[in-house]
Amino acid sequence: MRIRFLAAALALAALAAAALADGSGDPAAVKNEDGKYLDKEGNPTFNVGVDGTVDWYTYSGYRRYHSECHVCHGPDGEGSTYAPGLKNSLKTMSYGDFVAVVASGRKNVDAARESVMPALGDNPNVACYMDDLFVYLRSRANDAVGRARPAKYERKPETAKQNEDSCIGKG
Amino acid sequence: MRHFLTTTCMGAAALLAAGTANANDELIKLQQDSKQWVMPAGNYANQRYSPLKQITADNVGKLQVAWTFSTGVLRGHEGGPLIVGNMMYVHAPFPNTVFALNLSDENKIVWKYEPKQDPNVIPVMCCDTVNRGLSYADGKIFLHQADTTLVALDAKTGNVVWSVKNGDPGKGETGTSAPHVIKDKVIIGISGGEFGVRGSVTAYNLKDGKQVWRAYSMGPDSDTLMDPQKTTNLGKPVGPNSGTNTWQGEQWKIGGGTTWGWYSYDPELNLFYYGSGNPSTWNPKQRPGDNRWSMTVFARDADTGQARWVYQMTPHDEWDFDGVNEMILADQNIGGTTRKTVVHFDRNGLAYTLDRTNGELLVAEKYDPAVNWTTGVDMNKSSPTYGRPKVVDQYSTDKQGEDVNTKGICPAALGTKDEQPAAFSPDTGLFYVPTNHVCMDYEPFRVRYTAGQPYVGATLSMYPPQGEQNMGNFIAWDAKTGKIVWSNKEQFSVWSGALATAGGVVFYGTLEGYLKAVDAKTGKELYKFKTPSGIIGNVTTYEHGGRQYIAILSGVGGWAGIGLAAGLTDPTAGLGAVGGYAGLRNYTSLGGVLTVFALPQ
Repeated sequence: MRIRFLAAALALAALAAAALADGSGDPAAVKNEDGKYLDKEGNPTFNVGVDGTVDWYTYSGYRRYHSECHVCHGPDGEGSTYAPGLKNSLKTMSYGDFVAVVASGRKNVDAARESVMPALGDNPNVACYMDDLFVYLRSRANDAVGRARPAKYERKPETAKQNEDSCIGKG
Repeated sequence: MRHFLTTTCMGAAALLAAGTANANDELIKLQQDSKQWVMPAGNYANQRYSPLKQITADNVGKLQVAWTFSTGVLRGHEGGPLIVGNMMYVHAPFPNTVFALNLSDENKIVWKYEPKQDPNVIPVMCCDTVNRGLSYADGKIFLHQADTTLVALDAKTGNVVWSVKNGDPGKGETGTSAPHVIKDKVIIGISGGEFGVRGSVTAYNLKDGKQVWRAYSMGPDSDTLMDPQKTTNLGKPVGPNSGTNTWQGEQWKIGGGTTWGWYSYDPELNLFYYGSGNPSTWNPKQRPGDNRWSMTVFARDADTGQARWVYQMTPHDEWDFDGVNEMILADQNIGGTTRKTVVHFDRNGLAYTLDRTNGELLVAEKYDPAVNWTTGVDMNKSSPTYGRPKVVDQYSTDKQGEDVNTKGICPAALGTKDEQPAAFSPDTGLFYVPTNHVCMDYEPFRVRYTAGQPYVGATLSMYPPQGEQNMGNFIAWDAKTGKIVWSNKEQFSVWSGALATAGGVVFYGTLEGYLKAVDAKTGKELYKFKTPSGIIGNVTTYEHGGRQYIAILSGVGGWAGIGLAAGLTDPTAGLGAVGGYAGLRNYTSLGGVLTVFALPQ
């Protein structure tokens, strides 16, 4: 509880410092590498066009999240009765921490809680889409994408296709 | 009213009449004593009906809380307590604590059992760490733990008599369902359809926990315990290798068809009944064929496990419509003839009435008018597609294909009903069914199997049917004709097991936390009380010291706690839609509490 409070306080402080910031810093995209957007720190980030078109990875992350993650973390990163809303988690969690927790898991087991996040690093359906998931949830943390399937999205980049084929294997 | 009365009063009595001389005799006798509640659904017929009638439609409005009990666990509480003699046995989700309470001594805790389980089982439970309760026989309480351990506890002391491991959580195999004691065996199912688990039902010796037989949902005949000639499907022999020949390659080995529902038993026919779950993955393109015997009603011999008959409700599932829901036995007059029937409200939105002696399909009708993926089941016996649902192309996620978002399918993967068991009243001849009223978009895509990891393969979003706000209904159903008799709207899915009583009152719980009592004939609400948390447990009744009690476990969670906690959104509302529908978290919070009601003295 104390940690959570502290984290919330830090998040508030961070929000005061910059108009837009999350656990990985300013999410503004400064670079586009074949449809993959990066912030000034080089972290993956989302991009939403003026007409609401989202980048491919945000859209792909939406799909993968609602297959692999939502059965615990609830629809749209909103949380469930027993797992945290990742929309909020990413307000304070960095890209590196996110990847580490998804890959290695996390346990919070005590008298009042039995929260266990499994290690998903060996699960190609998750591991091959780590950046997609991060970018989608980052967009949710910043309220850049709403609580629904993005209606319009950029076409799937060649790089994404190649990476997917080599990572998950062709059916 | 007279119309209803003519039909089914004989059902329960006939079921209880037979039996052989073994441990089962005790249970057959005990289930007839309406003061106790000795098995998960009250009786072998799975009716969730009690002949108690101190609480009636006239006086239920005066109901009061008599006592309460906290389980100390925060996760979703499914199932309900057992009442054996002057003892009540209360269970909890992980860590699967069991309490024995003395009803004759201020409900004092006589013993408490808390198994030590590896917490790594928690994340391989797809939809919360639920447990659906206990069974009793021969002075023992049986607990089916999350880690698939089946343990027999001395009912007097809570000491472990024997313990056996049924599966491997490392492969995603978990235990959520209640054990069922039939004759000299304890029969349990397995969970993990979202982890590529191959479903099975296993029988253990009541005395020592030794495995007697195991019957898989798919695989070679030696695994499915099917006789190619004697086991029938809609009256015809299933033929050799029916559990592999509708699968491509070796997909059946990770084929799903898990078995976590409420089983029923007919002592006269010596058959038990249950359903199997979804084939895995959720991406239908990755498993061409009918995927037998997922999504199937099974009738098996209680001694040998041999399958007598099967009926596959949703061949080649494309929507995650598990067929595990309870099988309710009742003798009903259909078309002028009394038939021994089994009635099943499937996730796919169809309610089936079958002849339980031979698996003949008698009625198959939608029990929510919103159901749209099918136009109905082919009932023409001479048709090549007899018994199959006619699938509407627009809602076929297989026809629409991988990476295509198929929109507006009703019901959602939650089904028109999930595990929350319905009740049957022999007095009215009606079934009382807690239902979901939710639709979905479903997009299948390719996934790869890794043992012990989720194996899902589809993205879903859920929302109420277009133009409607209520996400649930509580209905009365006539299974003889396949018609809704009355229907009450509920804001959220009704995820609580119903109870019908001879007092003419039907009880159920709501996700907001209300225990509700309604008139069995009309559905009119007669009483409601808001318990400490949302209800996904089943209502139970018993008599002690001359008073009739109503007991309900509250403790929100389960699948309902995932999708509905934050509220559903309408994807058709477009970008930026926020909280289109009420979120459960605005109504209730966590906490496992048993609330027990009685009339004032």
